Amino acid sequence: MSELGIDRSHQIPDERETWRHFVRKAMRNRSFVIGAIITSVILFTALISFIWTPFDVTKLEIVNRLKKPDWVYWFGTDHFGRDMFSMIMVGSRNSIAVAFVAVAIGLAIGVPLGTLAAARKGIIEEILMRFNDLVFAFPALLSAVMITAIFGPGAVNAIIAIGIFNIPVFARLSRSAAMTIWPREYVMAARVAGKSSTRITIEHILPNIANLLIVQATIQFSLGILAEAGLSYVGLGTQPPMPSWGRMLFEAQTMIGFAPHMALFPGIAIIFTVLGLNLLGDGLRDLLDPKLRRER
Amino acid sequence: MLYYLIRRFTSLLLTLALSTIVIFMVMEIVPGDPALIILGIGATDETLAALREQMGLNLPLMTRYLQWVSGVLVGDLGTSYTYSVPVSELIAERSIVSIPLAIIALTLSTIIAIPTGILAASKRGQIADTGIMGLTQLGIAIPNFWFAMLMVYVFAVMLRWVPAGGFPGWDQGIFNALKSLVLPAVALALPQAAILSRVTRSALLEALGEDYIRTARAKGLTRSMVLWRHALRDALIPVLTIMGLQFAFLLAGTIIIENVFYLPGLGRLIFQAITQRDLIVVESSVVLLVASVILINFMVDIAYALVDPRLQSERS
Repeated sequence: MSELGIDRSHQIPDERETWRHFVRKAMRNRSFVIGAIITSVILFTALISFIWTPFDVTKLEIVNRLKKPDWVYWFGTDHFGRDMFSMIMVGSRNSIAVAFVAVAIGLAIGVPLGTLAAARKGIIEEILMRFNDLVFAFPALLSAVMITAIFGPGAVNAIIAIGIFNIPVFARLSRSAAMTIWPREYVMAARVAGKSSTRITIEHILPNIANLLIVQATIQFSLGILAEAGLSYVGLGTQPPMPSWGRMLFEAQTMIGFAPHMALFPGIAIIFTVLGLNLLGDGLRDLLDPKLRRER
Repeated sequence: MLYYLIRRFTSLLLTLALSTIVIFMVMEIVPGDPALIILGIGATDETLAALREQMGLNLPLMTRYLQWVSGVLVGDLGTSYTYSVPVSELIAERSIVSIPLAIIALTLSTIIAIPTGILAASKRGQIADTGIMGLTQLGIAIPNFWFAMLMVYVFAVMLRWVPAGGFPGWDQGIFNALKSLVLPAVALALPQAAILSRVTRSALLEALGEDYIRTARAKGLTRSMVLWRHALRDALIPVLTIMGLQFAFLLAGTIIIENVFYLPGLGRLIFQAITQRDLIVVESSVVLLVASVILINFMVDIAYALVDPRLQSERS
């Protein structure tokens, strides 16, 4: 249980006992439970969509166009007669994939940079902080629009555009968190024992800042979902015929007067997902690090 | 203090210089030849070459960069390829929509966020706190363009109180112009207000946990007197930072929101210029946006240093 940042030797030795204690604590945390349930529902829906959807999302049935929600078409149909419920199921795949890879890019590049800056200080740290300032000066959405417009619209470029903005977020966080771990006694001991700074980072720093990174990752994940929806909405994200929530909202806009259901359900899907992830992040923060019980 | 100011100012200049280089380089690697875009694919090689020469596209990279930057510094932003008017004129014309929009949105968000944040902090753990925090969670999760669409449906399509989109221009009367900015401003303000309210609450709670608050309480001040006289002032620092950052979000947010409402503002100008490959417009308007973000953050930093003596010596 290094989650609490406590020396292992003071912990109860039985791993199962601590695990059970953690689960009990987790079950009492309302944010965590609700967030975990919502997130699981979304993930499950995305998985199911690979093997089953109520209707085929690629089949256009103009006769059934713009149907209001009923027992057959739960969320109604769009202007091409496609089932909205099936499209939302398939769209969830897309949102999750884009946001997930974007977070992975941020972690894979940001964390090594941040921990390196904390370990080496000096010029590397200075360069990194200036780079951070630079990226933060560009409003994320503006640059995402520029990147996708220049390299062409599409899911892959949307991932890169969103991913770039996760890099300084994780770099900054892991640097400041690592800096609080370096002066600890066990790190000193490891240095005296002759371990290299890379080895210390991998063996001692990373496990101790992992909790913070996990919490931030859930937040960036939810921001990624919103960003992808925004990009697809202006036509720069996922391209048709692949259904995406943002794209569905764009198509709904011109029909808002007579088919408001087309705008309602994709929007609710986005809110539900983002809300679930944010609650999960809040819950995890409370559970993993009581010292950081601070809301953003 | 002087050392801090100089340090901050140097890093401000450095960031500004770096960002112009980045923007310039990004525009360099954009596929598509501006000369070809202006003349169309039917143009002969000779006319293309002549136009490239005239536009200075054949000059070395460094020369063009310096020309562009020195132009920006004296307010000469070049001429738009597609509109054939000076870019500065275009930006000025669009700013009179976007800047009032951003200001209204920021004002709205502050008016909503600060009182709700204070209320939540002062009633910590009670029903008002839980309710406000629940609403802010929802506010953060709602995509602003979706909320904008819903408002269009309710207030423009069903109730017909406001236009669904477009902008009549300020010369059609301030009331009419403001009417078409109401929905976009509310849509932009909503998520910002939710974030700001949470920040206000947590900053206040943190301030209330400080030692000097306990001293003030021990001295005999009531809880609410302590909150209003001491804690609020302290809590203002993080609130100000976030407001500075939010201005950047608001400006970028106009790209999407102005598209929803067909508002002829800066965001829509940038968006259209990107799709039409009108690079000079993109370059110059992005540089202005980024510079204003950097400057605002700089001013916020300086404002802190003036308010909080602790920040004058240390800062990473």
